[in-house]
Amino acid sequence: MIQHIVLYPIIVHLLLAILLLFSWNSIKIQKIISAAGSVLSLLVAIWLFSTVWNEGTLTIQAGNWEAPFGITFVADAFAATMVLLTAISGIAVSYFSIGTILKARLKFGYLPILHFLLLGLNGAFLTGDIFNLYVWFEIIIISSFVLITLGGEKKQLEGAVKYFTLNIFASVIFLTAVAVLYGLTGSLNMADLSLKVAAIENRGLVEVTAILFLIGFGIKAAIFPLYFWLPASYHTPPPAVSAVFGGLLTKVGVYALIRVFTLIFVGDAFLETIILTLAGLTLFVGAIGALVQNNISKIFSYLIISHIGFMILGLGLYTEAAIAGAIFYIIHDIVVKTNLFMVSGLIYRLKGTMSMKNLGGIYAKHPLLSLLMLVPLFSVVGIPPLSGFWPKLSLITESFKIENYWLIGAIIFATFITLFVIARIWAEVFWKEGKKLPTIQNFRYFHLLKLEKKIQILGPIAFLAFISLYIGFGAENIQQLAERVGTELMNNQLYIESVLGNIKEQP
Amino acid sequence: MKTIILRTASNYLLPLLLLFSIFILLRGHYLPGGGFVGGLIASIAFVLHAFANGLENTKNLIKMHPGFLMPVGLLVAFLAGVSPALISNLPFMTGIWFPEPLAVIGMVGSALFFDIGVYLVVIGVSLTIIFTITESA
Amino acid sequence: MEFLLAILIGLLYASGLYMMLRRSLVKLIIGLILLGNGANLLIFLLGRITKGKPPIIPEESKFFLDAYADPVPQALILTAIVISFGLQSFAIVLIKRAYKVVKTDDLDQMNSTDEFS
Repeated sequence: MIQHIVLYPIIVHLLLAILLLFSWNSIKIQKIISAAGSVLSLLVAIWLFSTVWNEGTLTIQAGNWEAPFGITFVADAFAATMVLLTAISGIAVSYFSIGTILKARLKFGYLPILHFLLLGLNGAFLTGDIFNLYVWFEIIIISSFVLITLGGEKKQLEGAVKYFTLNIFASVIFLTAVAVLYGLTGSLNMADLSLKVAAIENRGLVEVTAILFLIGFGIKAAIFPLYFWLPASYHTPPPAVSAVFGGLLTKVGVYALIRVFTLIFVGDAFLETIILTLAGLTLFVGAIGALVQNNISKIFSYLIISHIGFMILGLGLYTEAAIAGAIFYIIHDIVVKTNLFMVSGLIYRLKGTMSMKNLGGIYAKHPLLSLLMLVPLFSVVGIPPLSGFWPKLSLITESFKIENYWLIGAIIFATFITLFVIARIWAEVFWKEGKKLPTIQNFRYFHLLKLEKKIQILGPIAFLAFISLYIGFGAENIQQLAERVGTELMNNQLYIESVLGNIKEQP
Repeated sequence: MKTIILRTASNYLLPLLLLFSIFILLRGHYLPGGGFVGGLIASIAFVLHAFANGLENTKNLIKMHPGFLMPVGLLVAFLAGVSPALISNLPFMTGIWFPEPLAVIGMVGSALFFDIGVYLVVIGVSLTIIFTITESA
Repeated sequence: MEFLLAILIGLLYASGLYMMLRRSLVKLIIGLILLGNGANLLIFLLGRITKGKPPIIPEESKFFLDAYADPVPQALILTAIVISFGLQSFAIVLIKRAYKVVKTDDLDQMNSTDEFS
């Protein structure tokens, strides 16, 4: 059965996690399994993606229970793209972790948990059942809790308390929303819900449920009034963990928002206004936050928040081109944000600090490394032809069409501030004359590392930089992909038919 | 907590509770019960033993680290989930059953093995958590 | 029955939120547990309560002849309980560690990650 491929990304990571747990005592074997397994998962993701690209949406009914009664797994173009991006980001983080994470952390099961996290991400992208989505979310947050606390430093634990509280709170709200939705429709299958919610006459209740989903996913995606946990926690764990969090975790929230609001709660002018307003404010507030920070990884945390605004904006505009823009932005953002945190890890290795006040002089000492770090830094701004430029173009064009100049202002403001912040990082960290920093005892500076370790740190950064260059220069292909995803999302009939079979034939 | 009554009772309760947990596990397919509840009862048995006789004695009794049960249980559940795809090319997690029921146990199928996996994982997880908390207290 | 449950759920949500807004870490966790229980009961209530009619088809017939209890909400609640069991045990270990390292259980004093540095 060709449909089996849909579950392969999940199965690969589950198997890897089990194997890694079995080799608990030997870090060496764990490293080998994780490195080889990430390559395998990338291959599987490419296979799934190319199959979906050529043959259209694939579905599989877990347990062979017919939809809408069983749990359906659906790989449409959107889900397959996200799985591919997870695999790309996962392989980079896996190698980067092998190179940078301390032995003490690896001993407590860092690598198995990392693969459980990737398992949860793949599951969340592929599932077609709203309660199953909740379960995958829980797998994601439990493993991310372990990753964020592993090591048990003071700031880590403080960050973890905040991260933990608000994420559990988000899950409770999500669960409440699922309960209300089940009470309204008696179904959990997203395709079936799409049909049933459209038929409900009490629109007020539907709107309340939609708002509950917006809040639940909004906390996870860190949109405007719900983002406070993110800058308080994302800079506390080691850079490898921040990389996978910053690259992928908030995007799961965005993915769920886009999925739910294009499939289940469709065509509500009130909701669109709310989403647009929140998007504008997210862009604005995140940018302001990034402006005042001094710690580079905190700056990147605020940039994540600001740039979530672009994706939500595309959803709020709700046209094919705008959603395509949002998808393009997600593709670009996952690659670049993962890379940014790894760059901050590299800077930390070079200098032993992340504070801009003390940093400086990296360009004079390591010109080639600086050029490597230049790519992700300026991709995030979106200087053409680097990758961030194209999606912003289509978002601005679409905002012009509805003549919402306030939104265009927010986009341009956020982009401008991003440019300013990145230019400041470039000037302060790379160009400014370096201070003489006190040498930290027992700190493994980059130049003291073995060649093997150096490759493990630089390899992933170069790999992701290459991919973001490809997204920038091969924008045509990515745009084609984004447009296809946008078309599929806007015409959700396709999704529903591939899950439930042809509806017209049924009585 | 080390009263002689509890200590004597716990020695008899441990096998009894373990047996009961397996009973709950096996009855789970048609009646209330199942892997999760069975696993919790089994771990309660060990926790009770640890209360009465001290953690060290319980650890000596189990002999291996309870955390080891996690990957074993996961592997059993994983194989049970994958087996329909490998054996008869059905979607994953489909229930496949032996045609004839076994004595005492009843019908045997992939769902039972999945439950056994859950049972082991639950014992492993809850014992690891409780032992860790007790040790660091 | 439904009316009583509705009031109980409201109470659980309200007291959960109230506890979350306190400054103590332990009360925060208790608040989260109460909220989770409230959500579970909400699923139970909204899944329509049917008493004494298990969803089992009698052996001689092919389909349900009568109204029956919906098994889905119970499966959902069971899953949610299992998940919250894992989360809560993790939370308890976490607050214990946090208390040992930060040496306070006052949330207002856990502000070093938000400090400007």
